[in-house]
Amino acid sequence: MNRIDTLFSSKKSNILSVYFTSGYPNLEDTTRIIQALDESGADLLEIGMPYSDSMVDGTTIQNSNGQALANGMSLKVLFAQLENIRSTTQMPLLMMGYVNQVIQYGAETFCQKCQEIGIDGVIIPDIPMFEYETEYRPLFEKYGLYNVFLVTPQTSDERIRAFDQAAQGFLYVVSSASTTGAKSDIQTNQEAYFQRLEKLNLKNHRLIGFGISDNKTFQKACQYANGAIIGSAFIKTLGKAGNLEGNIQAFIKSIRGQVE
Amino acid sequence: MKYSVNEHGYYGNFGGAYIPEMLYPNVEELRNRYLEIMNEPDFQDEFQALLRDYVGRPTPLYLAKRLSEKYKTNLYLKREDLNHTGAHKINNTIGQILLAKRLGKKRIIAETGAGQHGVATATVCALAGVECVVHMGKLDIERQAPNVSRMRMLGATVVPSLSGSQTLKDATNEAIRDWINHPTDTHYIIGSVVGPHPYPDMVARFQSVISQEMKAQLLEKTDSENPDYIIACVGGGSNAAGAFYHYLENEEVKLIAVEAAGLGVETDQTAATSVLGTTGVLHGSKILLMQTEDGQVIEPYSISAGLDYPGVGPLYGHLKETKRAEFISITDDEALESAYELSRIEGIIPALETAHALAVLRKVPFKETDTVVINLSGRGDKDLQTYIEQLDRFTT
Repeated sequence: MNRIDTLFSSKKSNILSVYFTSGYPNLEDTTRIIQALDESGADLLEIGMPYSDSMVDGTTIQNSNGQALANGMSLKVLFAQLENIRSTTQMPLLMMGYVNQVIQYGAETFCQKCQEIGIDGVIIPDIPMFEYETEYRPLFEKYGLYNVFLVTPQTSDERIRAFDQAAQGFLYVVSSASTTGAKSDIQTNQEAYFQRLEKLNLKNHRLIGFGISDNKTFQKACQYANGAIIGSAFIKTLGKAGNLEGNIQAFIKSIRGQVE
Repeated sequence: MKYSVNEHGYYGNFGGAYIPEMLYPNVEELRNRYLEIMNEPDFQDEFQALLRDYVGRPTPLYLAKRLSEKYKTNLYLKREDLNHTGAHKINNTIGQILLAKRLGKKRIIAETGAGQHGVATATVCALAGVECVVHMGKLDIERQAPNVSRMRMLGATVVPSLSGSQTLKDATNEAIRDWINHPTDTHYIIGSVVGPHPYPDMVARFQSVISQEMKAQLLEKTDSENPDYIIACVGGGSNAAGAFYHYLENEEVKLIAVEAAGLGVETDQTAATSVLGTTGVLHGSKILLMQTEDGQVIEPYSISAGLDYPGVGPLYGHLKETKRAEFISITDDEALESAYELSRIEGIIPALETAHALAVLRKVPFKETDTVVINLSGRGDKDLQTYIEQLDRFTT
């Protein structure tokens, strides 16, 4: 069973998914971060593959990408770091990045490697539907990878239903029209959009991302979906001075609203 | 049609629309409507009138006699440098601003490298009375101060791109991010035949006026609308796409696409994408791309900011793969030498980009009977500083 399904079969609400850029702040931090997030009570992880031209990202994630690349991170290095990750965690793990990275690694080799390591899914926002159906879907299915689709406030109901049919695991609900980390709040007009999604009775679970930065926004998102995704706010935490594990634990507690 | 875009936006193996969902509604709206709008008589009337009365078209096709004597062939220069704002770029921005108005857009964004496309966009926004935001790499802002002033004079806001290497590639990333953050009221005027489908096809259509005029002008001057060769420089590829457009399916006309070799294709200071590029995705389409084994985009180099782009429009991957066009790389010094040569022999100071196309004359031996058209894509005013700095090295 795919670990994403395992997660959703036992937990339907307040799911916390965390994105981090691999290779940031230091090249060798990847497994430490995963370990610390697991112990702190995150439910699901999105492992960012740093990229030179990350077009949906705001400055926080862009800068972490730049730093990670300068540190020497690459897909080869990342896969090597993740080689034994399944001996330490059973959390669902997704790879998040851009299609050019997959093309250069070799789409099938990439999928094969993900399966070997025990990756459960991928989030690659710039794979279009036509190419997904013709080139990528057969590979993702062959290697047991769930593909996560993004929906935005501008996505039509018809298109959301098409994504819902094609998707496995969950839909990534982009909270507002923005790049990552551009906003740190949820407005009333966004709630109307979340309610519209609720009424569509989709078969997939939904996680809300973009603009989730603290306990208040996390709580708000959890009212309308199965959980939420945090990226930029977590990257800022990783960039802070002090003990990495301690900072991660404090951050997750604060998101969960657990007082120290 | 072997060299046209197919229904999924591909030229052979290149093209497509590799965009995140945030951009989908805008790009889809454009895809659904661009041909319909461009074919409306009302649109065509307005477009043609502006090209004539505002841009100054048709541009002359000039038989360069002294240059022809020197190279023992028949050289014609398509004078895109005589367009309003000094380059071919305005053909496309006029078309896109009219399109944007019909789409009901209230705000225009653009990317620019050397500033030519930025100026052409700021110009049409002033003409249409629409807000204009131009994204430009911080380094390019410092290098191209006169064009930054021109854009501001025209009422545009120039936003420095601080990400990555702070040049054209990053300005394009920032324009895309701007579009993501403004999903309903904004149209993105891309300056070249790059970006997600339908941009490469749409921009090529707006630029195709170049080869359309060439056909009639050649017929008048040489009794045949077909030259033996058409030569044009290629960064993203918009002036070449316009000069080649009506000849693409006519394989008797040989096409030469000229890239910037920078300090040389064997160095790491180059922008020779067709030589060093491999298939990859940048700015929404599958193209020949200069990149690392890990898929990270490599920052190119050329003395000419307009050719300083790590990819080349999807049409060119296809033209290379099918061998429909020949690709030639020209170094900084070869281009400079040709710029001084044209200035002194014909009294025309070309843009540095265009000088790359002219340098082909020293590389390819044309026949005395050949008719060769070089697309003189832009004038050299913006490059005067570089020309003056380098003058001593080339004056004998």
